[in-house]
Amino acid sequence: MTAHGDAGQLRMDELLRAKEETVLKRWIDLAGATVGGRADRSVLAGRLREVYQALLQFIGEGGDASDLRGLLADLSRKQAREGFTPAETAAVVFSLKEAVYGLIESEDDVTALRGYIWLARQIDDLGLFTFETFVSAREKIITDQAEQLLELSTPVVKLWDGILAVPLVGTLDSARTQVVMEKLLQGLVETGSEHAVIDITGVPAVDTQVAQHLLKAVVAARLMGAECVISGIRPQIAHTIVTLGIEFGDIVTKASLADALAYTLRKSGVQVTQRADKHVVVGLERV
Amino acid sequence: MERVPVLKLGDLLIVSIQIDLQDQSVLMLQEDLADAIVESRARGVIIDITAVEIVDSFIGRMLSTIASISRMLDAETIVVGMRPAVAITLVELGLSLGGVRTALNLEKGVAMLKERGGADPVAVPE
Repeated sequence: MTAHGDAGQLRMDELLRAKEETVLKRWIDLAGATVGGRADRSVLAGRLREVYQALLQFIGEGGDASDLRGLLADLSRKQAREGFTPAETAAVVFSLKEAVYGLIESEDDVTALRGYIWLARQIDDLGLFTFETFVSAREKIITDQAEQLLELSTPVVKLWDGILAVPLVGTLDSARTQVVMEKLLQGLVETGSEHAVIDITGVPAVDTQVAQHLLKAVVAARLMGAECVISGIRPQIAHTIVTLGIEFGDIVTKASLADALAYTLRKSGVQVTQRADKHVVVGLERV
Repeated sequence: MERVPVLKLGDLLIVSIQIDLQDQSVLMLQEDLADAIVESRARGVIIDITAVEIVDSFIGRMLSTIASISRMLDAETIVVGMRPAVAITLVELGLSLGGVRTALNLEKGVAMLKERGGADPVAVPE
């Protein structure tokens, strides 16, 4: 930094300290106008006051901006949670420039002007920093939600002793199929089930990739000693599969989950009969 | 050199793999198993891989080979206790272990062999 710049910086420090109340008041007014009166005035004033103190410290001691950045990150996060856009948060920071400019304008002081230019550059950096914090906080929320969704959307349910079902809802991609496959296989081991039904009623479209994933899951289950049935194939999906020329080989497919359940029950030796008085009776076949 | 023991249970042979398999021990296992099948006139072989956590194409081929050898000697092979991660790996490697039957655990494997008949020549009363 040049001698001129240093002098300017010192002058700015003096000015900011001397006229603290004036600048702060103007900043709070300007910032309040930027966010359109949506913010609670006293809360905003409190936050800006803290930031201002940190800024004074930063300018006075020169260099270490970690406190200031921490406060700004906090401010950015709070604003984000209250529904402000990142642009509005950055505008709050930028409005400090205007507040300080009012101070310089009244005096005919070249040194102070140099100091102002230096300060403006710092404020630009800080404004961008709040923007960055906002974006990274938002990204973290999105990835967390995606993970939670993945967990929520793939339940493995027990239909009967030795029969598991995986009702799939929503689009299947590689990552999701991997989770489904792992959960299904884990479920087979834990419950000692020899039959599983993969129900794709809720899957909007089946392309070659999805079919490939399903086939992999079925083959993996077979390697472990369990049989899979794929159910819930809607007419148009059956049409697509045939048109694409996908071979399901000897994998059993059923139109509805009910059909698949009936099939797996029969396979595991459970007999379901209907009595004359229409009560359904379930019994185990003697094997 | 570690040897994998071949256990006899009735007319079944049980092989439980609990070590990291080296090429040499696999070859020895194949020989031992072939000898044991002939000697004990076993009708079924169960290979328990519950303890196997890492597989490669070599182990996949080994299982197929053992199944083929046993079939030549008129014994059926069942692989039991495959872990989910192992199954996924084998599928990703493109090995579907053709000709090898599988069961979830040892108990189900034994039941499967008994059910297949031949294991028990005793007539089951109706």
